[in-house]
Amino acid sequence: MSDGKSFSPSRRSFLTASAAAGGALASGKLVHAQAAPDPAIIDPQPWRQYLGPGVDNAPYGMPSPYETEAVRRTVPWLTADLVSSINFTPLHELDGIITPNGICFERHHGGAAEIDPAEHRLMINGLVDTPMVFTMEDIMRFPRENHVYFLECAANTGMEWAGAQLNGCQFTHGMIHNVQYTGVPLRLLLEEAGVQTNGRWLLAEGADAAGMTRSIPMEKALDDCLVAFKMNGEALRVEQGYPLRLVVPGWEGNMWIKWLRRLEVGDEPWHHREETSKYTDLLEDGDARRFTWVMDAKSVITNPSPQAPITHGPGPMVLTGVAWSGRGTIPRVDVTLDGGRNWHQARMSGPSLDKSMHRFYYEFDWDGSPLLLQSRAIDSTGYVQPTKEQLREFRGENSIYHNNGIQTWYVNENGEAENVEVG
Amino acid sequence: MMKTLTLSAALLAGTATFALAQENAAASREGGFGLGRPALPEEVAAWDWDVRPDGVGLPVGEGDVWTGEELFVDYCSACHGDFGEAVGRWPVLAGGEGTLTYEDPTKTIGSYWPYLSTVVDYVHRAMPYGQAESLSPDETYAIVAYLLYLNNVVDDDFVLNQDTFHDVEMPNADGFFMDDRDETEVVAWTREPCMSDCTEGEVEITMRATILDVTPEEDDEEEASAEPEVVEEAAADTGPSPELIAAGATIWRQCQACHEVGEGARNRVGPALNGIVGAEAGMRENFRYSPAFQEAAEEGLVWTEENLIAYLHDPRAFMPRSRMVFNGIDEDEDIRAVLAYIMSETPQ
Repeated sequence: MSDGKSFSPSRRSFLTASAAAGGALASGKLVHAQAAPDPAIIDPQPWRQYLGPGVDNAPYGMPSPYETEAVRRTVPWLTADLVSSINFTPLHELDGIITPNGICFERHHGGAAEIDPAEHRLMINGLVDTPMVFTMEDIMRFPRENHVYFLECAANTGMEWAGAQLNGCQFTHGMIHNVQYTGVPLRLLLEEAGVQTNGRWLLAEGADAAGMTRSIPMEKALDDCLVAFKMNGEALRVEQGYPLRLVVPGWEGNMWIKWLRRLEVGDEPWHHREETSKYTDLLEDGDARRFTWVMDAKSVITNPSPQAPITHGPGPMVLTGVAWSGRGTIPRVDVTLDGGRNWHQARMSGPSLDKSMHRFYYEFDWDGSPLLLQSRAIDSTGYVQPTKEQLREFRGENSIYHNNGIQTWYVNENGEAENVEVG
Repeated sequence: MMKTLTLSAALLAGTATFALAQENAAASREGGFGLGRPALPEEVAAWDWDVRPDGVGLPVGEGDVWTGEELFVDYCSACHGDFGEAVGRWPVLAGGEGTLTYEDPTKTIGSYWPYLSTVVDYVHRAMPYGQAESLSPDETYAIVAYLLYLNNVVDDDFVLNQDTFHDVEMPNADGFFMDDRDETEVVAWTREPCMSDCTEGEVEITMRATILDVTPEEDDEEEASAEPEVVEEAAADTGPSPELIAAGATIWRQCQACHEVGEGARNRVGPALNGIVGAEAGMRENFRYSPAFQEAAEEGLVWTEENLIAYLHDPRAFMPRSRMVFNGIDEDEDIRAVLAYIMSETPQ
């Protein structure tokens, strides 16, 4: 059993379950008696008495200084250094469906390229009628579209194949963000160069020190890919590919080439490092799947979770989480409190957009007894998120990528949560 | 008016996807928009050097195993080890044959990579780490030849070029197949799920993350206090200006792929650089210096600012066969800035 130590008590001060014990049940409602006047009401507050900072105090505004928890975090032992590495979105600190730009997880293979947009060029070459070069100014003159899409790294939850390992949904599920992109349909740029009839594949290349490349089938490129320059209304962040990135809706994040500088049209895929040595899924028999582009339906309960324990004791509570699918929308999420024995349909809230993150809630009265929490996404194609055991039956434990198994949090009587597996 | 009505009807129906149908796709224009300009052949050649499995894109050149070994030791071994066995968590490049079905498989060029073109492309494209676009085609071929030799794919007299490329058979060439999830998993898992009494008996915990205890702990206080201190010290000192140190911090990014500085700095690909200005060369403990560095150390080289400026201008000219893979910094002022930064970060 947990001794509480592993939950880093320094991160949050716990209100134990006994704090709510002063309540008395009257006419079905929990009433809390206040013994002495609340200093938060009785004492004068400095922010009520004295003037606050004026406008322009922060030309680019930042979160309240009290909001220190909503930050990206890395797991140092995962990678050899911090340049070719990854960090994680603090899902447990967020609500709604949009991920704020500054805390979208980062994955770089050669660090984040810091590019002067005036010196950035996008080249289209290969099997085209006219190889073309575009400046950023050129790109901004094409018609553009706005779409909200999730971007999930194929390795999200990859550390959990062999069993429960990391304690926090930020670490188990935080290689994802959900952003509104503004960009030019890739189709329009390709039309400008004129794709030849045998042009069936596209190689997208980044301008970073890794020269990141991925092969993309032309059908997808012409369908819904965007060349984006804005995220959530403002310019892409440097670490998200400023000034230009590829958006490949519903497909693994590695394909969304950042710092996009070149698109080559070809008649065959290139089989580069990130689609052979990496981002291929090794199965139990020693053979590997390649070109596993689509992200399967997945969900996770973000609150409560190991970094976000229940601090208020028994009574009404809000359970919430996120769900997404690379194949469409998420009309339904089910939640269980008993490890999968009985399920309840959660309440979806907020926009339900194609290949976007969805928000779900399940409100209930917690009786203070231990919980085994799980969520299960069902996407618009009818695909049901599998258990980890179902996944392992097909794939074994060496796949690294595309782990969309159902996550279990064990919540003890103190409200502390832990990453566990059940059977 | 019409649009508003449609939208609210869609919202009433509770399906925002309906509302999304209002999105009008950006339309093509017959004959194009006339934006951008044709790329010059020299421009395409400067960027288009990707390589495909059929050999399309291979550069002209060649390299042999033993030339490759020398280059590998100089440029690659700091991360990948002399024999591709890897240092720390850097990628293992050789060995691992027959381990793909093991509990902990070793996926290397020999045991896993299906195509030789991928090795040529990647080494040429992205290596050495932090010094991309620095290897010539001959150097690339030589390093790849050595990697093939390390993986028992070729003999030691092998010379790799755009012709012999086609003679090489990669051991795991047939180890991959096209994504089949739609035919296997998706069909198995697309069904109405169970809602009640779905398990046989009580559910039990079979594994817990807290037992492994590998989740990073936070040390907020240490992180919060680190940066302001540096600024104060720099201000109080009569030494380099905060502006110079700040400029140095930017230049330092070129160094940080291989070097650490500051409290707790460790030797990595390159040695830790705390207090380097004025230090004797080649004296960091537990760092494996190149023979060139060891000789310089024996001859009593001291890293005066003058020597460091000369070295960092052109590392390979100052110390041929040093393992440091770095093209150098042009401006003296930039070198002074990065040295000022290093010294400002050095714990007192």
